[in-house]
Amino acid sequence: MDVLAYMIPIALVMGLLWLVIFMWALRSGQFDDPEGAASRILQDDEREGDLHK
Amino acid sequence: MTNALPATDYSAYVRTNADGTNHLRLIVAGMHCAGCAFKIEKKLNAYPGVEARVNVTEKRLSLVWSGDKAAGNTLLDEVETMGFQLSPVKQSGTEDEGLKHLLRCIAVSGFASGNLMVFSMALWFSGRDSMGAATRDLMHWYSALITLPTVIYAGMPFFKSAWHALRHGRTNMDVPISVAVTLASAVSLYETVHSSEHAYFDSVAMLLFLLLIGRYLDARVRLQAKSAASDLLQVMQGTASIIEDSGHMRRVPSKALIPGMRLHAAKGEKILADGTALNAGDVDTSAITGETMPRHVCAGDAVLAGMVNIGTPLDIRIDKSQQDSLIGDIIALMQRAEQGGAAYVRIADRIARWYTPVVHILALITFMGWLWIGGAAFQPALMCAVTVLIITCPCALGLAVPVAQVMAGGRLFRGGMLLKSADALERLEKVDTIVFDKTGTLTTGQMVMDPPDHIDDETKAQIAALAAASAHPLARAVTAVWPSKPAAGAAEMDGRGIEITREDGHWCRLGSAAFLLVTDSPPDDKLELWFGVQGLPPLRLTFSDHPHADAARVIRDLRREYRVVLLSGDRPAVAAAVAAQLGIDEWYGAVDPLRKHDMIDAEISAGRHVLMVGDGLNDAAALSRATVSMSPSSALDIAQNAADVVYQRKGLSSVPALLQTARRTQAIVRQSFALALAYNVIAVPLAMAGFVTPLVAAVSMSLSSLLVVGNALRLKGG
Repeated sequence: MDVLAYMIPIALVMGLLWLVIFMWALRSGQFDDPEGAASRILQDDEREGDLHK
Repeated sequence: MTNALPATDYSAYVRTNADGTNHLRLIVAGMHCAGCAFKIEKKLNAYPGVEARVNVTEKRLSLVWSGDKAAGNTLLDEVETMGFQLSPVKQSGTEDEGLKHLLRCIAVSGFASGNLMVFSMALWFSGRDSMGAATRDLMHWYSALITLPTVIYAGMPFFKSAWHALRHGRTNMDVPISVAVTLASAVSLYETVHSSEHAYFDSVAMLLFLLLIGRYLDARVRLQAKSAASDLLQVMQGTASIIEDSGHMRRVPSKALIPGMRLHAAKGEKILADGTALNAGDVDTSAITGETMPRHVCAGDAVLAGMVNIGTPLDIRIDKSQQDSLIGDIIALMQRAEQGGAAYVRIADRIARWYTPVVHILALITFMGWLWIGGAAFQPALMCAVTVLIITCPCALGLAVPVAQVMAGGRLFRGGMLLKSADALERLEKVDTIVFDKTGTLTTGQMVMDPPDHIDDETKAQIAALAAASAHPLARAVTAVWPSKPAAGAAEMDGRGIEITREDGHWCRLGSAAFLLVTDSPPDDKLELWFGVQGLPPLRLTFSDHPHADAARVIRDLRREYRVVLLSGDRPAVAAAVAAQLGIDEWYGAVDPLRKHDMIDAEISAGRHVLMVGDGLNDAAALSRATVSMSPSSALDIAQNAADVVYQRKGLSSVPALLQTARRTQAIVRQSFALALAYNVIAVPLAMAGFVTPLVAAVSMSLSSLLVVGNALRLKGG
């Protein structure tokens, strides 16, 4: 059962990592507009550096 | 009607940052897909120094520009001409921040619950033989390590609310939640320190997680509700021109207007105070009275704040200061109604009122019972009491109602309705009387020319050419049927009509009866235009505002279950005609805004529950006084702000749809309460008797929550 001594902390750290990633995503506005982000990829971006020219 | 109004002034909502950039956020109505959103962005971003971003999910536009504050109005006018309606969002940002904080709390408690399950599973499925005491203690310590910070962080919304309530001598649902969470954590920690067999850490985290989800959904629904009265005040802000005794003109803020001053309103300008006209002119009164037609005023006639001068410049002697003006009265009424509205107690709060003491008393009885009658030691007795607190988890209250509301809100949204007040659905269920405004609500609000009998093509062409030269609503209605180029040399006489002089020297006129020298106009009270050539008998054109195509059917269906009343600011004859056409027995014409409010007030005082549907400024006070109110999205901002529900679909089909959804939602909410009650009736006695282990408590609590949420999810379908 000694394996628990380091397996549990590893599992917890991995979980905590997930939490940190979620918090970062929330803070940087990843969840603000899921619908818009899904469609925005289909838009031709004309403002920043037009690649076709 | 609204065409005569100048571009909406949003400057009061603009926040200017230290770096000189202006920020404004608006809700965009009429946006159906991401394509619309990108069209708006593209249009606005084409301007230098402007940054626009549309949030498709929330249907919000954030606009950032530098320089002149008022430049935003021109930009937004562009968006409005594209066919979208805008309403500004107050720049507080605190509600948004509150929502994000709740989301963070959910994440933390979700993380805790998930990880605690790992330990709990191990603990639940191993007996005394398969797991040593040392391993069990290690598991408990890990659980404590995860749970205690979680409780401190994610439990804060509940602790704060409970503390706030207690400090004001009240109690709410958060009090038993806080007590349960704190006690359960403390007892579990005590058990862990003394290396006992059971701890409740998982239940604590799970309880917080589930309740926070409910709290989040509830907060999101409530966020949409906005204060109505303060928006009405915006209408009356701005500056007005004053003519001093010396004859000089100067601009003063509307607040500084006092009786006795001489106000000058240019063409297209809004009149900002009640007073007496000093010269003749034309005003658009639609905002105040709901009348569709501009009104001609003579010197000595009263004009009201909120009217728009659409004719020659008008001089007005101010009789009343702004707070005594009619619009000031409307504002006062709305503020009072808003405070009155707060007196409505939501079903969840009503239940919480008896839930709180009952749970506390049950827990106390359990504790005392075990300690004195059952002969248990202090610690197991306390444990049993905590189990009672946990198992009576108010998930039905905290989760079922918000979930049902979010589901109903989503359903309505797909049907083109925006639910602005979180508790509107509860109030709707009681409605027994439906009051409709006429213009713009029952009717389309647009004038349509009645087909004239026998008219030759030459006359038709002449009328069309004259009409095309005017912007008057009736002339536009003519142009809509008979399109034409404007007649060359046509002169518009404000408030009377249009005239041209023909080659043979005779005049040719289109306008009011007086303008055409007609003295015996038929007494049918219809809106009319006369056309004539000097020396020939004049010709009469009539106009009507038609009811929506589905109005008669909807009214007939509604009348089976509800009392339907028509309250119109328009002339009695017009109101009577519409009422007869739609089969409404009870109608009142020429009702001014204050009387509208008072009539609704009288109905409510008589114990009735009134749904008011209206769209004008003249309805605003009545809308906020009614039990529940609806407004079409074509309505003035003030009416939309005052209404609980805003609907986009043309016609009246939204009214029965809303009533039906409200009834279904309330049925589901009641089922949820019944389920929760049944669960508690079984679980609480068991918990009090001490039969419930931590495993059963945690599992049954989660199961009951899932059941209740699953039931609420049924609203989504069908």
